Amino acid sequence: MLNDIVILNEKETRGGFGDGILEAGRRNPNVVALTADLGGSLKLNGFIKEFPDRFIQCGIAEANMIGVGAGLTIGGKIPYTTTFANFSTSRVYDQIRQSVAYSGKNVKICASHAGLTLGEDGATHQVLEDIGMMKMLPGMTVIVPCDYNQTKAATIAIADYEGPVYLRFGRPKWPNFTPEHQTFEIGKAQVLAYGSDVTIFACGHMVWLAVEAAKALAEKGISVELINIHTIKPLDEAAVIASIKKTGCIVTAEEHQINGGLGDSIANVAARECPVPHEYVAVMDTFGESGTPKQLLDKYGLTKENIITAAEKAVSRKK
Amino acid sequence: MEINELKEVATQVRRDIVRMVHKVQSGHPGGSLGCTDFITALYFKIMERKPGFDMDGIGEDIFFLSNGHISPVYYSVLARSGYFPVSELATFRHINSRLQGHPATHEHLPGVRIASGSLGQGMSVACGAAMAKKLNKDNHIVYSLHGDGELQEGQNWEAIMFAAHHKLDNLIATVDYNGQQIDGPTVAVMNLGSLKEKFEAFGWHVIEMDGNRMEEVIRVMADAKAATGKGKPICVLMTTVMGKGVKFMEGTHEWHGIAPSDKQLEEALNLLPTTTLGDY
Repeated sequence: MLNDIVILNEKETRGGFGDGILEAGRRNPNVVALTADLGGSLKLNGFIKEFPDRFIQCGIAEANMIGVGAGLTIGGKIPYTTTFANFSTSRVYDQIRQSVAYSGKNVKICASHAGLTLGEDGATHQVLEDIGMMKMLPGMTVIVPCDYNQTKAATIAIADYEGPVYLRFGRPKWPNFTPEHQTFEIGKAQVLAYGSDVTIFACGHMVWLAVEAAKALAEKGISVELINIHTIKPLDEAAVIASIKKTGCIVTAEEHQINGGLGDSIANVAARECPVPHEYVAVMDTFGESGTPKQLLDKYGLTKENIITAAEKAVSRKK
Repeated sequence: MEINELKEVATQVRRDIVRMVHKVQSGHPGGSLGCTDFITALYFKIMERKPGFDMDGIGEDIFFLSNGHISPVYYSVLARSGYFPVSELATFRHINSRLQGHPATHEHLPGVRIASGSLGQGMSVACGAAMAKKLNKDNHIVYSLHGDGELQEGQNWEAIMFAAHHKLDNLIATVDYNGQQIDGPTVAVMNLGSLKEKFEAFGWHVIEMDGNRMEEVIRVMADAKAATGKGKPICVLMTTVMGKGVKFMEGTHEWHGIAPSDKQLEEALNLLPTTTLGDY
């Protein structure tokens, strides 16, 4: 199963979003796209060309964009707001909290350039707290797909789901390895490999690195159960519990602060249902900086090697 | 509805406001009383409304209250115009009520389409709803109300720029120009300057009115409606007296967010005689 996972090509997850919203627009005439002067970065060109009347430019005014999105739902529209992850969350948190989440509005908050892999722009733009902020809002669904194909499928799927969604993806070209034609099930954990010694839960870009780590660990005789948690909230708790009861230890891997992210969500379930050793691969309560994506992942400890080390440590702690 | 009937409804709404706030000893009577004539006129005369309530509001005029703290007047008018039983006004700000301190959709109160209270967000929401009406080819109007102090929130000006840029000429945004906010007069707290010139500079059509004279509210809002469909969003700068109708509450920020005592309630109700609708 693990050895069947191969790189199909390398593509940006934001490209999956751009192609996904075009397809969603074709399927549903109520889908509208908003941006705050970042339509090009979010790969909206195809949508804008095909549906110019359903594209709403908001200028560099993210707070207003969120409110306009909330208003558009009153009248049956399905607005997708688009900007970088930082400006999609921390900059507009109260607007999302009151006008979208508390009001229960069907707004899709689509956030690109998340995490360290945004690269050279540096820490002002590298939001590493967004998963935490968004998952704390009651009623908010939080989705972090792992590659181009999955981002495209998720972008299409959220149009059919009624309720606020935070969809997080990234900037760089990255291995694309999930099937081209896949059904995206919101809230359903995706088991990529069955194993018995340790469960690795990963999301976003870290899933591919976890695939590579799992292959290397297999050669060392450690059997990894690898689960892609593309939906942080609602979390597939049954799948999480079943796996950790089987393997007895956890590694979580995410391009996010250790506080508030995927690791926190998994630990919450484990603490209640089945406490086991847990090692984190995450950003350790610090801001990022300028650099290439690879340099940054190396420096801040988000690599295949970090996942391998974490898994070995988690397994050793069982004994 | 005739002017004298509208005035009677407004008096009843004012009675509701002071009784609601008195009962729970909490809430915002000042701005509520100041905007009573306007919101009464909107729901009983100006807006084209369908019977019942659905969230999308397609095929009817819709209203957003951005300065959500004046929920007492909003709830009273919604109840009096049939969205929910007037008896429910007694639950205002109590536990397990649909009448939250600030308006919300979470408890599914008919008539409310967005939560408001954290200020400065309603203009954006109204813009989005106006844009949805255009996309739906729904030839109805979106009305909104904003506090003057609320315009100190920068998000408003993002929305004001947006509305003009996108030619939202089906939007009539009214500003409650009472010159008061929690910490004192707006000129002392944060001077708004000329709101008329500011809105006009942003590309809006601006109309001024006295919001406490029912005849003028009806006439000017008809003018505002006639100005829709001409490429510009419309701003109604509505001068009001905070606390209007209850002499000892009038014209001061002191009654922004405090409740009357038993004795003050009695005094207030004596100033608001009504014979027709009856208290809840």
